[in-house]
Amino acid sequence: MVMAFSVLAQKYVLDEGSITFFSEATLENIQAKNTKVTSIFNSTTNEIVFSVPNNQFQFEKKLMQQHFNEKYMESEKYPRSTFSGTLEGFNLSIVGTQHVKAIGKISIHGVTQSVEIPGTAEVRSGNLFMESVFMIKLTDYKIKIPQLLWQNIAEEIEVTVSFTYKSQ
Amino acid sequence: MKSLFAFISLVYFFHPSIAQDDLLQELITEPIEAPVIATFKGTRVINGQSVETKPGGSLEFIFSHRFGRINEGAYTLWGLDDAFVRLGFEYGITDRLGVGLGRTSVDKSYDAYLRYKIVGQAAGKMPLTITTLGTMNYKTSPKQGDSTTPIDVEDRISYVAQVLVARKFNQNFSLQVNPLLVHRNTVDQAYENNTDFALGLAGRHKITRSLAITGEYIYRLNAKPNSPPDYIRYDAVGFGVDIETGGHVFQLVFTNSLGLIERAVVTETTGNFWDGDIHFGFNITRTFQLTRKR
Repeated sequence: MVMAFSVLAQKYVLDEGSITFFSEATLENIQAKNTKVTSIFNSTTNEIVFSVPNNQFQFEKKLMQQHFNEKYMESEKYPRSTFSGTLEGFNLSIVGTQHVKAIGKISIHGVTQSVEIPGTAEVRSGNLFMESVFMIKLTDYKIKIPQLLWQNIAEEIEVTVSFTYKSQ
Repeated sequence: MKSLFAFISLVYFFHPSIAQDDLLQELITEPIEAPVIATFKGTRVINGQSVETKPGGSLEFIFSHRFGRINEGAYTLWGLDDAFVRLGFEYGITDRLGVGLGRTSVDKSYDAYLRYKIVGQAAGKMPLTITTLGTMNYKTSPKQGDSTTPIDVEDRISYVAQVLVARKFNQNFSLQVNPLLVHRNTVDQAYENNTDFALGLAGRHKITRSLAITGEYIYRLNAKPNSPPDYIRYDAVGFGVDIETGGHVFQLVFTNSLGLIERAVVTETTGNFWDGDIHFGFNITRTFQLTRKR
């Protein structure tokens, strides 16, 4: 019984991953990449969690990075953004790309929202690859919309997730 | 131990929501290394320097301006007729090391400095930010021909050395203490010191995400007493408002000092703040990122 459980409860731990966000604006597109994300996927229960240290988003302009942390994300107060939920439509034994949905709760800037994130998953040579692109509305998370000079940047930003897991 | 594991596994199995939270806990055991940012908004507080350095590869243009005394009244439009200006640049060689260059209209003087952040405040690791600064200053006024006595190059030079220690107590409140010394090669030794020591105190309190109020007092430690009227100097006092918009920081200030560099602030402040000898002024900074990552 015990053995059965420890075999079944197979955990995939993030080996390499990045979360990028992109915001299109007339004057200047804003992009930042975070490679310090951590994640665990439990293939027995299909539970998936990830955690993002907000101060590790790297911007091209460092002043922008400082403003992002100080004024918008308030990273000293809310150091992490997290997701916890389950991966629906995933079958470990299927070969090739599968369309999946991560259903659960996302927490950003101290606000938790229920979300459904569409994406793809693929098992290849023992590794698990997940990818997703989704939109986040800043006002849903009580994040003030930043201004570039007189112009507001987009209310919604595009988030791209790219995860590579190793089984443990 | 094994039975405990089995029990926990069973609990997980029947309570997936608890399991998720627990799985999340597995991820966030380590605290995030968070260097404290924005102890002050600019490299200057009011008249004096702050512990802040420019990020590596970024260039700050600083335009500082002081008007005449407000208590001159309506005739000079409360001081606005007079203008004293410093134009300066500061470049971050690395995130810790910066170099600055400036030119002030008062005494037509040039200043150059190096700034180095020794330690940066970090949550759970380091309670303070400590920065050192060394400045050299060269007066080009008066011109050689305009002076009744010959002036050597050395006579025009002065130095400033300081250590700035600051702590950001919470999201909104920061305090700074900075002992400094000013050495002027040539002074009127009857009434002035070649080397002056002072202790600067500065604070910032954020009101909104883009607005803060600031205060600064520079206490002179070895000021000569009983000077004749022409040599009476005061401690520099200042209050200000920091307004930040994108790449700009606007600092609106009220101070008794016309000094836009430390030598002048510490040793040449002739206004008595409490008598109303107050100048309105501003520091405007614009930051440019010169190097691109990736």
